[in-house]
Amino acid sequence: MSITATTVDARGQSCPGPLVTLHRALKDGGPGDVFELLATDPGSKSDVPSWATLSGNELLEASHEDGVFRYLIRKA
Amino acid sequence: MTVGHATGNGSTDATELTELIDRALAEREARDGFNKKNKITIVAWDGHLDRIWPTLILSTTAAASGMEVSVFFTFWGLFALVKPEKRMTGKEWMTKALSVLNPGAMKRAKLSRYNFAGMGPWMLGKVAEDYKTPHPTELLEMARDMGVRLIPCQMTMDLMGVKEEDLIDGLEEPIGAATALLEMKESSIQLFI
Repeated sequence: MSITATTVDARGQSCPGPLVTLHRALKDGGPGDVFELLATDPGSKSDVPSWATLSGNELLEASHEDGVFRYLIRKA
Repeated sequence: MTVGHATGNGSTDATELTELIDRALAEREARDGFNKKNKITIVAWDGHLDRIWPTLILSTTAAASGMEVSVFFTFWGLFALVKPEKRMTGKEWMTKALSVLNPGAMKRAKLSRYNFAGMGPWMLGKVAEDYKTPHPTELLEMARDMGVRLIPCQMTMDLMGVKEEDLIDGLEEPIGAATALLEMKESSIQLFI
């Protein structure tokens, strides 16, 4: 099963940039929509899971490759 | 005699009634509680760059996390809300002099330490730019766009002679201490920065 995800590119942004960019992107989506967040901010490693807990959105996956952090998020 | 008796009864009734009302109110409060919302209230008391900055980072992050956010700008914190083009505020020479010593607007905010006549803030701004950390000027706009409630303190405005037209657009109505306390009481997080 493949998931279609909207990519949110927050590479190069630093705290609180990636979360604000993600929040804005999520506003355009509906419940259940999946978003792929790309970030280079190392703080996002702890901040994206915390944000998910706070906001009630689901973090499906987190990975890291070549200095880019990738997160899959399902909108609540 | 009869009247006196009736009055005695009346006051007993009144006491009972007061007790009854108090009990009912206490019960209601216990039942409904003062339900804390998924909300953060920050009292922005200090106007220094290195204090307003984290206040705005926390505010925008909280808003991005779906929390309600109120920031109450009081005393020196209020000056962060002054319009950038406003060089001076105040109603008489003392408040005017204070506003010259403590220039308003986020872009003129000083560091609480290592200010070095503006070198500190300039260097910090430069580093932040390189690291793509948004400057407080930008964060303030971001916060406003995200629905963060930016609330000026009425008492500070009166005391310092700051008028509503001196402040940036898109702010909430100025409030007093009791309303600020109410904001804090219904919040699950309260900070004084």
